[in-house]
Amino acid sequence: MQTTFLLNGESVTVDTSPTRTLLDWLREEKGLTGTKEGCNEGDCGACSVMVTDHAGARALNACILFLPQLEGKAVRTIEGIAGSDGTLHPVQQAMIDHHGSQCGFCTPGFVVTMATAHLNGHADHDTQLAGNLCRCTGYVPIIRAAEAARSASPPDHVDDLPLLFVPNTAGEAPEELGAEPPTSLDNFAHWYAENPDAILIAGATDVGLWVTKQFRDLRQVAFLSRVVGLDGITVKPDSIRIGAMTTLSDLQREIAPLYPSFGELIRRYGSVQVRGAATIGGNIANGSPIGDGPPALIALGAQLHLRRGDDSRTLLLEDFFLEYGKQDRRPGEFVEAITIPRAGDHLRCYKLSKRFDQDISAVCGCFWMRLENDRITEVRLAFGGMAGIPTRAEAAEAELLDRPLNKTTLAAGIAAFREDFTPLSDMRASAEYRMQAAQNMLVRAFAEARGARASVLEVGP
Amino acid sequence: MSIAKPLPHDAAVLHVTGQARYVDDVPVPAGCLHLAFGLSDIASGRIVSVNLEAVRASPGVRKVLTAPDLPFANDVSPSAHDEPLLAINRVHYVGQPLFLVVADSHLQARLAARLAQVEIDADQPLLTLDEALAADSRFEDGPRVYGRGDVKDAMCSAPCRLQGQIRIGGQEHFYLEGQAALAVPGEGGDMHVHSSTQHPTEIQHKVADALGQPMHAVRVETRRMGGGFGGKESQGNALAVACAVAAHLMNKPCKMRYDRDDDMIITGKRHDFRIDYDVGFHVDGRIIALDVQQFTRCGWAQDLSLPVADRAMLHADNAYFLPAVRIESHRLKTNTQSATAFRGFGGPQGMLGMERIIDHVAAHLKLDPLRVRERNYYQKEGGLSAPRLQEPQLPPEDVSDPERETRNTTPYGQVVQDFILHDLTNKLVAAADYSDRREAIEAWNSENELLKKGIAFSPVKFGISFTLTHLNQAGALVHVYQDGSIHLNHGGTEMGQGLFQKVAQVAASRFGVGLDSVRITPTDTAKVPNTSATAASSGSDLNGMAVKLACDDIRCRMACHLALLHQCRPDEVRFRDGHVETPGKIYTFAEAAQSAYMGRVSLSATGFYKTPDISWDRIKGKGRPFFYFAYGAAITEVVIDTLTGENRILRADILHDAGASLNPALDRGQIEGGYVQGAGWLTMEELVWDDAGRLKTHAPSTYKIPACSDRPEIFNVTLWDGENKADTIYKSKAVGEPPLMLGMSAFFAISDACAACGANYPDLQAPATPEQIMAAIGRARG
Repeated sequence: MQTTFLLNGESVTVDTSPTRTLLDWLREEKGLTGTKEGCNEGDCGACSVMVTDHAGARALNACILFLPQLEGKAVRTIEGIAGSDGTLHPVQQAMIDHHGSQCGFCTPGFVVTMATAHLNGHADHDTQLAGNLCRCTGYVPIIRAAEAARSASPPDHVDDLPLLFVPNTAGEAPEELGAEPPTSLDNFAHWYAENPDAILIAGATDVGLWVTKQFRDLRQVAFLSRVVGLDGITVKPDSIRIGAMTTLSDLQREIAPLYPSFGELIRRYGSVQVRGAATIGGNIANGSPIGDGPPALIALGAQLHLRRGDDSRTLLLEDFFLEYGKQDRRPGEFVEAITIPRAGDHLRCYKLSKRFDQDISAVCGCFWMRLENDRITEVRLAFGGMAGIPTRAEAAEAELLDRPLNKTTLAAGIAAFREDFTPLSDMRASAEYRMQAAQNMLVRAFAEARGARASVLEVGP
Repeated sequence: MSIAKPLPHDAAVLHVTGQARYVDDVPVPAGCLHLAFGLSDIASGRIVSVNLEAVRASPGVRKVLTAPDLPFANDVSPSAHDEPLLAINRVHYVGQPLFLVVADSHLQARLAARLAQVEIDADQPLLTLDEALAADSRFEDGPRVYGRGDVKDAMCSAPCRLQGQIRIGGQEHFYLEGQAALAVPGEGGDMHVHSSTQHPTEIQHKVADALGQPMHAVRVETRRMGGGFGGKESQGNALAVACAVAAHLMNKPCKMRYDRDDDMIITGKRHDFRIDYDVGFHVDGRIIALDVQQFTRCGWAQDLSLPVADRAMLHADNAYFLPAVRIESHRLKTNTQSATAFRGFGGPQGMLGMERIIDHVAAHLKLDPLRVRERNYYQKEGGLSAPRLQEPQLPPEDVSDPERETRNTTPYGQVVQDFILHDLTNKLVAAADYSDRREAIEAWNSENELLKKGIAFSPVKFGISFTLTHLNQAGALVHVYQDGSIHLNHGGTEMGQGLFQKVAQVAASRFGVGLDSVRITPTDTAKVPNTSATAASSGSDLNGMAVKLACDDIRCRMACHLALLHQCRPDEVRFRDGHVETPGKIYTFAEAAQSAYMGRVSLSATGFYKTPDISWDRIKGKGRPFFYFAYGAAITEVVIDTLTGENRILRADILHDAGASLNPALDRGQIEGGYVQGAGWLTMEELVWDDAGRLKTHAPSTYKIPACSDRPEIFNVTLWDGENKADTIYKSKAVGEPPLMLGMSAFFAISDACAACGANYPDLQAPATPEQIMAAIGRARG
């Protein structure tokens, strides 16, 4: 499959297997060994590269980025961060001055992520760097470096935006959905209806691992980044429509002002590298019982729009998940968008994991509770990690609906969770702890509804 | 003088620009082949058959090797020859290498390695400490016991007594660079190996045995590792040997690197422990008698487990004088990865056990644990009682107590001569405002129902030297070229700790030149032979001294040469500021080197150093195993969520003793990084195996090391202002391992927060994951 993109400012065209990762290609074909492999699953950030498209620059994990995803974009690796005359980028100089590297293996990834955040003017360092692991420094000097470099202006050469190609407009339905000119949503819908066994690749943050860890031969693939019209968020007074290809980063930006708790949940979803690639459509369509998007969306009462050829249908998101590994999606049908009805903000999202940032939830509990005069007039409690699918706690909801916000109601709700769920034990948590945590999340939701402080993230020394 | 300057890491510019080369970045000759192991998915059993047809037929595969195909030694053990490169007859853990795939690419080798059809007659594996103990599955014949005094008698006389147990989880190293090796065959049976290893000489030794060659035929080179932490002390043997054997058989360069999941599944980790204790003490918290049992899960092969368990015993006292003590250590053999060296080498586990005992005693007596710690400290060096700068309110100590006379001898008989923790504690407690904050936290806790804060102080006293006495030696090779540039080589390896820079600072200082005159070169067994692993925090102590001796040798020859020319005494020739000064003439260093060369003076020297004054009988448990002790202390404040067990470190204050620091910036880096790594070990880092012995946390998606936001929000790190009393290089102290143990304070702060939830001792187990914290809160509430 052919792909053309800019690499450190120079145009390259490659013809590779569609699932060749950028990381392997950089290291093995181009001899650009500054980009490191730390985990090959997008969890350590040692392979971070800067990818620029018309929406701007973002850091992505090269280990789970397939080359065709780069069509028409610009890639900047650690080798392209310093000036061509060797002048160090302000972030690089600060990393030296503040002793930000020890073994140095994670350093190129940090530098690239830091340079990207620096270019974008982002100074929330902990969030920006949550996807870069360092085992030596304890991060302290790296943060000092990021802070020190903040005031310097980004060197011109790291901004690839002016060099980008003019985007093509959507063309004919292609033979395969790879590097050819982009296609329209209608063309794609018909193509997929005829090729229902093709693997759809959105951000590849999950499918990437099928290749790097499971060695799956994906045979026929389609890169949804080549389809025009699957992304975008439309905010209306009564609803929000989110295209399936909307990245978690874009979703967070739009959703955080409307639903701060959902915004904070997404802030802790993966890392900037993952959120910049992963899509909400992928997060739903892969049917994971532990994805963080679905519980929040279910609690919000979201509807899912599916399409096959010219046929579209809409269902409640919670009805999409049938059982573990099985969704209500027919062959050739794909997730086109979701819609969230707008009715104020009564949402609280609680993500529980061993580590705050970039960790998969043991339990993700999302609570929609509308209160009127201390009565619960609307309730949707949606959970991830408590069953084989993301699902609502209907028995608990029944105990809360139209009841006063008090201890009796709380106790009844807590007890009802045992009817709703029989969670599993795994490496993230035991079944009993999952149950206890889910129940206590309701305690927290009640306490917060009464104005109590209940998050360790809001406590200072 | 470049000594004591806060210079950046020697490779900082290479790091930040991506130019620093690791093994996988070394350009390879054409035709390089790539290797992967096929692994056992059974924890224990007899190999019935291994069908490799599909593996051999897989694209790109050139050769597949099993144990009978190996030409010479099938052994990658660093100790007891009980660890074959490829399994023979039996498998001993899930992840044990069964066969070796040689293919054209890394991906092809990995893919093919999955395709074998392996039949194993599985039997019941021993996975846990308790299972191994019940089956009496162990290394050595029985438990090892160190101690002194009549513990039973003393215990009976004690007015207070407690029993308890703590389980301490292991830890994955998670060096960012996975294990890697590259072997390039030379002529006449020579083999050049690039290895990401802390121990090039051992790689050389194992490769030579595997090739049936003397060690002189094998050259091992290590420029740097992307992190080691002990995980590359012995765990790189398998890759280097595999590469060398394949390179020999195929006559092609061969490279192997573990994918992260393979790395975590195959290689050893920190030993997990169970520590049982029975302690008798005075009503003021002073310990009278202690009986400790340490149970150590060693995994399937011996590796370094015996010295690890020994060091745990040697740190069972941490900083406290134990009048009567018995320490019993069980080294248990299980069907899991062979646990290995990890920063602290058993010391952290032994120490955590002791700190837990103190914490428990304090809780029992309703005393501030800090006070109980201070009351049990070894006596201050040179005096009987410690000054109580901060505590005029405490009753005066009873100096007539006969115990006081000898409160400076460890259970193993070494006299603690450099104990600075009294002063260090006072300074830290004052600087961190401990007492006021403790009160403020109590007040805060009384106002907050769902969230609770906790605070804890914990000290570190860590013994410096390899307990295997013969390892305390090092060599160096220094050349001065006729242009005055200096080539520096020594036996230590660079894994990020900044050793190369510190040693270069020593060399530059000896010659009175700038650092830019000194070229740091990769560790190379052909330059400095018979080296010890860069481990036990010994790197700069040993190699710094060896380099100093080599430099001084050359300096002496240059001085003698110039003294003869200028008719002065050699000691009148001075090396400083890039010049060599004689009473008659000032040379640039380059001119002096040129002059020496013209005068036919050798400008190359080796240096050799062995640590003095140490001796140790590990069977009896008596002697002076350590040249000196390194000290430090930390105070950590945390907040926990009593609904979920979620927790955060809010603030940490550290005062750490690096002696007269060779490089305060690098030492500070070790302290900050060590603390976070230690706190990670005891909080979020959890290793989980399933009932079949499969490691379920084998990637960063499931095994969580601290991320950026997990570092303390306020993090005050200060170096203790004082030089080493022992005669070390420029009076500095080792700083690699000790700071890791400062992370214990985070664990005890969490325990303190749990204790705020109820009247009972929370009995917190490690790691303190949110789930463990919830369990501890439950116990506290009763």
